Amino acid sequence: MTLTQRYKTALSSTALVLCCAAVTSCGAPSTSSLYDNSVVYCSEGSPVTFNPQLGSSNTTADAIANTLYNTLVSSNYETGEFLPELATDWTVSADGLSYIFNLRRNVKFHTTDYFTPTRHFNADDVLFSFNRTLDTRNRYHYVGGGNYRKLLNDSVVNIKALSPYQVQFELNHPDSTFMSNLATDFSVILSKQYADQLYEEGAKNRLDKFPVGTGPFKFREYKRDELIRYYRHEDYWGQARPVSQLVFDITKNGSSRIAKLLTHECDISAIPLPQELPLLEKRKDISVVKKTALNVGFWAFNTDKPPFDQILVRKALAHAINLDAIMEAVYYNKATKADSILPPISWGYHRNEQPIQYNPHKAKQLLEQAGYPQGFDMTIWAPQIQRDYNPNAVKTAELMQADLARIGVSAKIVTFEWATFRKRLGNGEHDSVVIGWSADTADPDNFFRSTLSCAAKSSGRNRAFWCNDEFDDLLSSARINTDTHSRKSIYRKAQGIINAEVPLFPIAHTHKFQAHLNNVQGIIISPYGSISLAEVSKSKAVEEGANDD
Amino acid sequence: MINYILRRTVLLLFVMFSLTVLAFSLAYLFPGDPLVNLSGYQEITVNQLAFLELKYKIDDGIIRQYLAFLERIFDGDLGISFNSQSAIFEQLSRIFPATMELAIYSLLISTFFGIPLGILAAYYHRKLPDVLIISSTMVGYCLPVFWWALITIMVFSLQLGWFPSSGRIGLVYEVPYETGFLLWDILQADIPYRYEAFINALKHMALPTFVLATYPTTVLIRYTRGSMLNVLETNFIKTAKAKGLSTWQVLFHHGLRNALLPVIRLLGLQFSTLITLAMLTEVIFSWPGIGRWLIDSIYQRDYPAITGGLLAVSTFVILVTITSDVIYKWFNPISRTHVDD
Repeated sequence: MTLTQRYKTALSSTALVLCCAAVTSCGAPSTSSLYDNSVVYCSEGSPVTFNPQLGSSNTTADAIANTLYNTLVSSNYETGEFLPELATDWTVSADGLSYIFNLRRNVKFHTTDYFTPTRHFNADDVLFSFNRTLDTRNRYHYVGGGNYRKLLNDSVVNIKALSPYQVQFELNHPDSTFMSNLATDFSVILSKQYADQLYEEGAKNRLDKFPVGTGPFKFREYKRDELIRYYRHEDYWGQARPVSQLVFDITKNGSSRIAKLLTHECDISAIPLPQELPLLEKRKDISVVKKTALNVGFWAFNTDKPPFDQILVRKALAHAINLDAIMEAVYYNKATKADSILPPISWGYHRNEQPIQYNPHKAKQLLEQAGYPQGFDMTIWAPQIQRDYNPNAVKTAELMQADLARIGVSAKIVTFEWATFRKRLGNGEHDSVVIGWSADTADPDNFFRSTLSCAAKSSGRNRAFWCNDEFDDLLSSARINTDTHSRKSIYRKAQGIINAEVPLFPIAHTHKFQAHLNNVQGIIISPYGSISLAEVSKSKAVEEGANDD
Repeated sequence: MINYILRRTVLLLFVMFSLTVLAFSLAYLFPGDPLVNLSGYQEITVNQLAFLELKYKIDDGIIRQYLAFLERIFDGDLGISFNSQSAIFEQLSRIFPATMELAIYSLLISTFFGIPLGILAAYYHRKLPDVLIISSTMVGYCLPVFWWALITIMVFSLQLGWFPSSGRIGLVYEVPYETGFLLWDILQADIPYRYEAFINALKHMALPTFVLATYPTTVLIRYTRGSMLNVLETNFIKTAKAKGLSTWQVLFHHGLRNALLPVIRLLGLQFSTLITLAMLTEVIFSWPGIGRWLIDSIYQRDYPAITGGLLAVSTFVILVTITSDVIYKWFNPISRTHVDD
């Protein structure tokens, strides 16, 4: 190679590089075929499972419930009426003890790499799905730990198929929450044929990891802390014709989610940070949706562990917390200060006339009475990921830490990755935890039973590990009762017990915020339960002038 | 030369020995049961216990345990991660190429720009181009990488919207995993949107590569310039000039070859810095490489993953350093005889 030749090659390669640079730099954000047919949802954490029956976290339900599965009925959150889904219609007996559902025909399960259904959905699938959680003898009952949301266990005694397309639920007492529990994300229908196939193969564990349902999307791949990929279920029974691909971009960091939305890497962003909302509202290419939500953020004490088994200690700690500072620094005053576990928009809510006030002096006195004049050491657990009810639990815990130091209590903040965090909480390893509850149904029962009942304690979901028989009896009597007025007074008593015992200290009720690009339609957010992306669609280009400001 | 390679190999073995001892002792130094820390099984059942105790020789002496540890490393068994409960070695081999890709492209870019600019600066010694180049390298040299990364995201991603702010490729593109080197995988893949995906991957690569290349480029410029100036002072260059060769002939034929020798060595030595910087860059750009993975593992107290990650990264850095050393000696016979090297 001569010298001139060498220079020529050098020159041409430089030109090539420059060309590449030119190609890459211009035309972004580009709109291309695959992008137009795909929706990217930036979610705040990894799902714990791919079976909604097993998980009660919103992060999990948002990703898997309405996308992969259907329930027998769904509820319209505005009117409160129940809508047919996999059940086309139903009848209730006069005594309220028997419900008969007629099932939808020609509903196909997902065909995936790992399963090809040979029959349509029928009563066998309904029986299998519910018996898995209700019947301890079911061969799948203990697969995945056997820790289900036991919403139906108290009332349902038997489920039977009257015909391949008709099932009957028999109850042992009238249950005012039955239908709304049936409409939750947890009452999904799985494929019995798939379960049987896995059983034959000796791979029962795969049922909750490689899901098969009847929902509008089917599972493609999942990489922990990275992404979930779904394809459209081509033979979906419903009207919804969503995009061909739905990707969950798992982005734990709130600012990164906003950045990705601004650069159009995400089409939808879960839980935008409250401090970023003004910025997002200014953008022409982004819409911010605000919905009232049934949720509560709270600080729960592990009442199984001394000294938190003493009411005085719990009260003292609660009095030490400057709630106004938390509302300001964590929620940017965009939330409602809580005085009860129930949010004011719930029909069961009753105003707490004497909410616990910030009073370090009183807190110290109470600690002295309890026998801890010198204070003690404790841990505050806080999840790293954002929740609807608390955008920054670690910051909340840090503020609490400072408040507690003033009354001589030295607190250490403990945090883990979400799945591990939940597992360890379930084991009761914490002293106290900054967490909360987002309702699955509009019924107040859902708040009380899920967070503070004895049943929730045994399943580990009662973060306070608090069990009070009087409280539990009140919940049961409210459930049998179908008269809203008398139920209301029962819940008032129940709230009185919580106020007196302080198993947890309520912090705030928030709104649900969600931001998405203007060309994305069909996202349904309800005050309770998970987001629905079943009907999500995308029109071509984002409005012009997007990057002007 | 053989003698030299032998000496280096002994050094390599010694360093590797201390490294594995350190990695092994971590299992004991971390809180918790060493068996759990080594294997990654957090809830060990009675059946598993007997098997694991045998495999990890936990009841034998510490030396036996260490030997079993070495044996497992050679088998590619680093235990399983606490969090994902999947094999660490497999995870490492999947994410390591991502870091390699980032580091290699950055190094290529910095060589591509750094060496010519260094020569240019030497050629115009103490004239305007030299002053300009040297003062800008000073700035580049001083930029903290995390700050620089955030600034580039703010400007090029959020303000101008030219480049994406995170990740390796738009998630809508599904690229089958072959080698782990994404660009190569895309070109090899039989997918309908290959061109689109390739452009998308390049866009994702632009900012992190640029940020990561900044530091090695400035180092290369300064080093090439210094080395070039030294060579230009030597007698054989003066002779070449006296013989009437043109400036460019002198520079390229006589100057460059001799000036670049120390630069090769420098590249090897800079590699550990580059990997450290790559880790920071990965965290900020959410690049799914070993840096982000390791930092996540540390955050989540995933002890088997920390041990495995440390072992992999340090082994790699040591190998590169020693290889570049050997290459340097290969091209530079004079330095081989220096015993103290």
